[in-house]
Amino acid sequence: MTESTIVKVGMADLNVASGGAVLKTTGLGSCVGVTLFDPAVKAAGMAHIMLPSSEIAREGQLNIAKYADTALPELIRRMKSIGADPKRLVAKMAGGAQMFAFAGGSDSMRIGPRNVESTKLALESFGIPLLAEDTGANYGRTVEIDSGTGIFTIRSVQFGVKEI
Amino acid sequence: MSLFQNDADFKMDVLREVGNIGAGNAATAMSRLLNKPVDMAVPTVSLLPFEEISERVGGSEAIVVAIFLRVDGDAPGNMFFIISKDSARRILQGLLSFEAGEEDEYTEMELSALCEIGNILAGSYLSSLGDLTGLYMSPSVPSIAVDMAGAILSYGLLQFGTMGDDALLIDTTFLEGNQEAEGHFFLIPDPESFEKLFRSLGVPVE
Repeated sequence: MTESTIVKVGMADLNVASGGAVLKTTGLGSCVGVTLFDPAVKAAGMAHIMLPSSEIAREGQLNIAKYADTALPELIRRMKSIGADPKRLVAKMAGGAQMFAFAGGSDSMRIGPRNVESTKLALESFGIPLLAEDTGANYGRTVEIDSGTGIFTIRSVQFGVKEI
Repeated sequence: MSLFQNDADFKMDVLREVGNIGAGNAATAMSRLLNKPVDMAVPTVSLLPFEEISERVGGSEAIVVAIFLRVDGDAPGNMFFIISKDSARRILQGLLSFEAGEEDEYTEMELSALCEIGNILAGSYLSSLGDLTGLYMSPSVPSIAVDMAGAILSYGLLQFGTMGDDALLIDTTFLEGNQEAEGHFFLIPDPESFEKLFRSLGVPVE
């Protein structure tokens, strides 16, 4: 077996891969790692989403990979560019944890669950089925998707490695 | 950030001094707690891409012990006291004479003790900062996590997230005894807080 190439996806970043390359993003806390996979052409895409909606953006140059509502359309566009058919796409996601517990807590404290909700809404709006997820709770995750098989691997400090 | 267009170097110096005074007090408090000398490096102030911030503490996947406090008041922000697992053990043993637990897990008691240490240090950091600036700054109840540095720190970057892809942080490294890089104090003021900090210190803000 040959070592598969790893394509790193940074924070507030997205990328696509095919031919068995692995997309990886590390240290997801309240952020969400969402992946798309087209089994027919063996292509995968991953976005590391940090915030739920671009409506709250105050930046000049919008980083579309950062927000759930803007990252998904871009990820689909990039998937198409490497030969994927949007109708065949299936999604998996992980992250959206609440790293620190506070009594009460402002809106920003719930950012993890909100990221998960808006990512799901965005997937729904494109009619992409969500096959599996590992979201919420209070721990960090590192995730990978294999563009050859669509296997989504999650690593965490407490629970080790699991596949969905 | 537009606030740093003029006199950027001078403003960075001012923030460095803010970190110096705050962390200096925290180091003194820590030294009293541990009853041994605690030194600190000159704080660094930098505008870093999100990705590089966790590099400061060993990378996004490095497992760290982090005590997080939200700073409320006139100049809100986020504060982290971050130590390696080894340092956390040493602090617990030195301070509380806890049995050297070899296992990876921390007991509730140990976590609570570490949380309280973070609380005391952050309190002394903020109170000296309050004295200096005349601003009201109050820490929230501290919260602790033992997890990947990236997952933890991203939580403190949300306020910056809506503005761009970098955050400005004041980072002070603690050195306990001869062992370097014992711990980090990160103060990440909310983007809106810088103007208040500068005004209170008499730095001209256009």
